[in-house]
Amino acid sequence: MARAAVSGRLGERLRWRVATLVGQREETPTTRTLVLDVPGWPGHLAGQHVDVRLTAEDGYSTQRSYSIASAPDGALLELTVQQVSDGEVSPYLAHDLLAGDLLELRGPVGGWFVWRPDQTEPVLLVAGGSGIVPLMAMIRARRQLQMQLGPMAPFRLLYSVRSPADRMYLAELQAHDPGLDVHFLYTRQAPEGWQRPPRRLAEADLAAVAWPPSAQPTSYVCGPTGFVEHAADLLVGLGQAPDRIRTERFGPTGG
Amino acid sequence: MAIVSRGFQGRRRPSDHRLPPGQYETVDFPVLSAGPTPRVDRDTWRFSVVTEGGERHSWTWPQLMALPAERPVVDLHCVTKWSKFGTAWQGVSLDMLLAQIHTEAEFALVHAYGGYTTNLPLKDLLDGQAWIAYGYDGRDLTPEHGGPARLLVPHLYLWKSAKWVRGIQLLVRDEPGFWESAGYHDYGDPWREQRYQGD
Repeated sequence: MARAAVSGRLGERLRWRVATLVGQREETPTTRTLVLDVPGWPGHLAGQHVDVRLTAEDGYSTQRSYSIASAPDGALLELTVQQVSDGEVSPYLAHDLLAGDLLELRGPVGGWFVWRPDQTEPVLLVAGGSGIVPLMAMIRARRQLQMQLGPMAPFRLLYSVRSPADRMYLAELQAHDPGLDVHFLYTRQAPEGWQRPPRRLAEADLAAVAWPPSAQPTSYVCGPTGFVEHAADLLVGLGQAPDRIRTERFGPTGG
Repeated sequence: MAIVSRGFQGRRRPSDHRLPPGQYETVDFPVLSAGPTPRVDRDTWRFSVVTEGGERHSWTWPQLMALPAERPVVDLHCVTKWSKFGTAWQGVSLDMLLAQIHTEAEFALVHAYGGYTTNLPLKDLLDGQAWIAYGYDGRDLTPEHGGPARLLVPHLYLWKSAKWVRGIQLLVRDEPGFWESAGYHDYGDPWREQRYQGD
C-alpha cells in the first residue's frame, strides 16, 4: 500500500475554525446539503472530510466527521448530511441549523481516499447510499478541471440506492458531463420499466461497469460497511488489484 | 475557544465517565479500513517479530494456539468518534510473545497483511496492555474485524490495533505508519484527543 502524502501545513489545516451556515438544499427527504462560509479555508482535495464539533450551552461537546461534497475550488464549503433518525448530531445539522448559525469545524482531513487532478488513469466510483458524497466531490472536481483544461481521466459511477427517491444530486448526475458514465442500481424499488429487478449489488453489476484490470484503473468505494465489504470483495474477484481499490466505510451499522 | 451551537442539547449518557472527550457510544461494531479486506489463510499465516539487529522470531498458527490465552474485556475508542464498551476478546498477550526477545529498541512498527502499518512505543505493547487477538465475543475473529488475528491495544485509538497483523518491527528510532504518514498522531491517546499531528 502506498504511503499517502498530504499537502498543506498540518497546523493550519487542523485548527478549529468557525463556519457560518449561508445556505442549505434538500437533496432527498432525508439528506440536506449545508453551504458553509469558512473564513481562511485552506482548500481541500476531492474525497477529504472535515471534523464538525458541536457544543451545548453547558459545555457538553461532541464531534462527527462529514465528507466534503463540494469541488476544491469553490468559495464555499458544502457538506451533505444524511439524517440518522436517532442520531445525536445529524438531526440537529439537518433540521435545527438556520442560516447565520455558527458551527466549528477543522480540516480537511484524509489523504488516502482522494482523487488528485494529476491522476490520469480511469476511475471507477462505487457509491452505496450517502457514500456518494465524497465521490460527488471527485466528479465535481473533474468537471471543473475539464472545463478549464480539456479532457480529464474518464470516470464511471455505479450508484446503489434503495429507491429512486434516494438518489442525491440527481439533476447534476443526469446532466451532460463528457467522460462521466453514470449507472444507477436499485436494491428495494426500481423505476417503472427498469430492466433489472431491485436487488443488492451482484458481481454482474460491477462486471458491466468496472474498467478492465489491464487499464489499471483506480476504484473508490464508499458506503455502509456491508456494502463496501461486498463491493470491494467483488472487485478483487474481478481481478482488480487490491492496492488500487480505495475504500471508505461509514457506520453506525457495522459488521 | 469552543463556541456554543445555538439550540444544541446533545445527549449525555450515564456511561459518560468511560467516554473520552469528543467520542460517542455505539453498540454496533463499525468497520474501518483503507482497502478491501485481506483473506488470510491460517495455514500460511505467520506472526514475526524482527529486532533492530535483524533477528527474526516467528510463530505459526498452531504455535500461537499453543500459547496460553487471555480473555481481556476492554473499551474501544476509534478516532472517527465512536467508542464501544466492554468488548470481549481472546488472544495471546504480547508480554508472552516478546518475553524472550532481546532488544534495545523503544519503538515498534506493526505490519499487517494487505500492507497496512502503524507505529507506537514498544512500552505500550508490554505490561498487559496489548494482545494478538484471534477471538471476539466467543467466536473466531472474522476477516472484516481483522481475522484471523489482529493487534489489540485498547488504550490507544483503534487505528493502532492493526487488523490482519503479521509482524512487529522493533526500531531504535520512531517511523510513522500508514495513517501517521497521512497526518494522524504518532501516539493516539483518546483521553488526550491525540487525533492528528500536533494535537
